[in-house]
Amino acid sequence: MSLVYTGVLSHAPGITGRAHMVENVEKRDEFYSALESQRQDIVNSGAEAIIVIAAEHFANFFMNNMPAYCIGISENYEGPIEDPKWLAIEKTQIPGAPDLGKRITRSVMETVDVSYSEEWKFDHGIMVPLNFLTPRYDIPVIPVNINCQGPPLTPLHRSWAFGEALRRACDAVPEKIALVGTGGISHWPATPDSGKINEAWDREFLDKLMRNDKDSLLSYSDEDTYRDAGQGGFEIRTFITAAAAAGGEGDLHFYTAELPIFAVGCTVASFSLS
Amino acid sequence: MSLYNLQKFLYELNRDESIQKQYKDDIETLLSNYILTDEESDALRKGDIGLLYVLGVNGQILMHFAAFLGIEWFDYLDKMRDGIEDHGEVRDGVYAMTGGGKSFTSEEEGK
Repeated sequence: MSLVYTGVLSHAPGITGRAHMVENVEKRDEFYSALESQRQDIVNSGAEAIIVIAAEHFANFFMNNMPAYCIGISENYEGPIEDPKWLAIEKTQIPGAPDLGKRITRSVMETVDVSYSEEWKFDHGIMVPLNFLTPRYDIPVIPVNINCQGPPLTPLHRSWAFGEALRRACDAVPEKIALVGTGGISHWPATPDSGKINEAWDREFLDKLMRNDKDSLLSYSDEDTYRDAGQGGFEIRTFITAAAAAGGEGDLHFYTAELPIFAVGCTVASFSLS
Repeated sequence: MSLYNLQKFLYELNRDESIQKQYKDDIETLLSNYILTDEESDALRKGDIGLLYVLGVNGQILMHFAAFLGIEWFDYLDKMRDGIEDHGEVRDGVYAMTGGGKSFTSEEEGK
């Protein structure tokens, strides 16, 4: 039928793996409630499959052959690759949607030279969102990756074009599809600065994102992002792609910089589709 | 080129349980599959998070390796800080330390 839901959310491994360390339990649970509401919104949308636009962390792709964009078309996926105890998510199998994934890929290829893969292991970048959005792993998943790790990185305007291509592809198939972008905003993960968050930068970015202001969103340079938002800020590509796919304004359901133990400003938002 | 090989070693280890088993059972044979400097090989043998961080291993790859080694979260952060103390600034990549080694969480400060 078409795209029936679009949103964004955070995926940092601490969200599940360090839940037990959190001092601000009230704020943590407020965040989890926002994620549960997002799950319910997706269920209520009638989605038959969920596209997860992620910024993976070397679970599948390496600098020997790094795609800017890749869509998963496998029947099954496995994850997490990380130690299950560390991530507090058990290893499991996740159903894919190969036929739908191929149709989506074929359509996207009309305008964006996307890679595809029939072999894909999920890391925290996808497992943490699924842990909250499809905790019984009962909605087929189409993983999508944007390289946000190994520069050179795809330009932001190409992420926007990719989002628009995904929207056209979703609207051309009979299935109801939910799409979520998952990334961080400002953060310095996997460094000694883990927990550092530039809240002002985050709020300015989220304001632009919720207004779905294309020109403002595409005005960030990687140099500025690296300086102000850290290497984790490169993941804004996933949020921008989701905004482009939705086309409409956003609704910020939750944001806090008060859970630095999760190493990211925790975010949950949805978009109207236009 | 050597940092590339060092990261590839860890990338393949992180995603493959059979390689993880070989790391524990027969690391020398595993190391012989990669062209590495003595410093890099030694850091891998020892699981020297601090040195690997300074050598420029991508933080995400290193974080997964630290989890595989069973290193607790705050110890992992400290090992990276110790690496800077012992070996100087991060030599490559985009995972440099920018916060002067301080903690950014009350949970760590109160540990």
